[in-house]
Amino acid sequence: MSINATLIGQMITFALLVWFTMKFVWPPLYQSLEERKKRIADGLAAAEKGQEEMELAEKRAINVLKEAKEQSSDIVNLAQKRANEIVEESKDAAKKEGERLLVAAQAQIDQELQQVKESLRKEVSSLALNAAEQILSAEIDQAKHQEILNKVSNQIG
Amino acid sequence: MATEAHAAEGATGYIVHHLTPLSVGEGFWTLHLDTLFFSAVLGGLFIWFFKMAAERATSDVPGLVQNFAEMMIEFVDSQVKDSFHGKSELIAPLALTIFCWVFLFNFMDLFPVDLLPMIGSMMGIEYLRVVPSTDLNATFAMSISVFFLIIFYSIKVKGPWGFAKELMFQPFGPWLLPFNLLLKLVEELAKPISLALRLFGNLYAGELIFILIALLPWAIQPALSFPWAIFHILIITLQAFIFMVLTIVYLSMAHEDH
Repeated sequence: MSINATLIGQMITFALLVWFTMKFVWPPLYQSLEERKKRIADGLAAAEKGQEEMELAEKRAINVLKEAKEQSSDIVNLAQKRANEIVEESKDAAKKEGERLLVAAQAQIDQELQQVKESLRKEVSSLALNAAEQILSAEIDQAKHQEILNKVSNQIG
Repeated sequence: MATEAHAAEGATGYIVHHLTPLSVGEGFWTLHLDTLFFSAVLGGLFIWFFKMAAERATSDVPGLVQNFAEMMIEFVDSQVKDSFHGKSELIAPLALTIFCWVFLFNFMDLFPVDLLPMIGSMMGIEYLRVVPSTDLNATFAMSISVFFLIIFYSIKVKGPWGFAKELMFQPFGPWLLPFNLLLKLVEELAKPISLALRLFGNLYAGELIFILIALLPWAIQPALSFPWAIFHILIITLQAFIFMVLTIVYLSMAHEDH
């Protein structure tokens, strides 16, 4: 149990062990630990960045979608308006065409009425002449009254 | 499990035989071969394992060996960072070496007390004390080395004059210089002595109890040695841990400038 030269031997062994650990054991192991720590930290940072970017992209997508919706609703509104205009225009055109047709028909009717009147007048005058001829043939000299008859016929026209 | 030859010498003879180191030489120049041999082998084991881990060290997925080595490194590193705030290349590797080496010393205590001496006696070695930390030389070798480092760093960090001032003028100011000096010297000297004696005392006592249990009838032995061995697992780890932490604390105190 006494202190002796073993102490010196043990101290030398101890010094060698510490020196070896300090030179060849601790640095590489510690470095690998630090490297892994850094890699993990980098990975986590990258993951976080990715997450942020994803959130940003999502936000952007929502905005784009909103814009697209607005644009499409604008387009629909415009189209609706245009359609209404077209309908109104065609209504107007139809109305005008109808009026035009009506006027034309009226004109034709008037013309035909005129023609009918003309022919009716001629008929009536010849009928009256005929009747008068028959009535007068017995009593009146045809030549004597021809002039009067012509006069009357002209008055009817 | 006393062998026939030693049973004849009685219980005292058995105990004394177990606690006698294998030594050569006379007086101060005696060498305890068993202490030197086992501590060198255990140191080699420690170096072999950690060197293997260091060579394989990658920052990729670690293997089993590297995992264990890194666990130890992290453990020691956190202990160092807890109490030492400067930057030092030496303290953390020193702490790791102390912890592992002392733990391995102490671990020898868990081998059956008669196993290695019996193998030794078969090979013609008469005395064999297998636990290096039951040898004061082994524990003092470490604590005196630590003591030298404390002195070295005190002078390096504070300068020779700064260290001398600390020894002379603290804690009671310059008017009580001799008293301060006495107090400080005792304080500094108490560090290595308490370190070495604490480890030695714990392990010596533990070993003695194993030897005493081995003297009992064989039927009772397991009932006592088993719980004691389990309790000892705690003690050997704790003693290694205490030695390491106190080393770190002493060295960080040496680095602190008041």
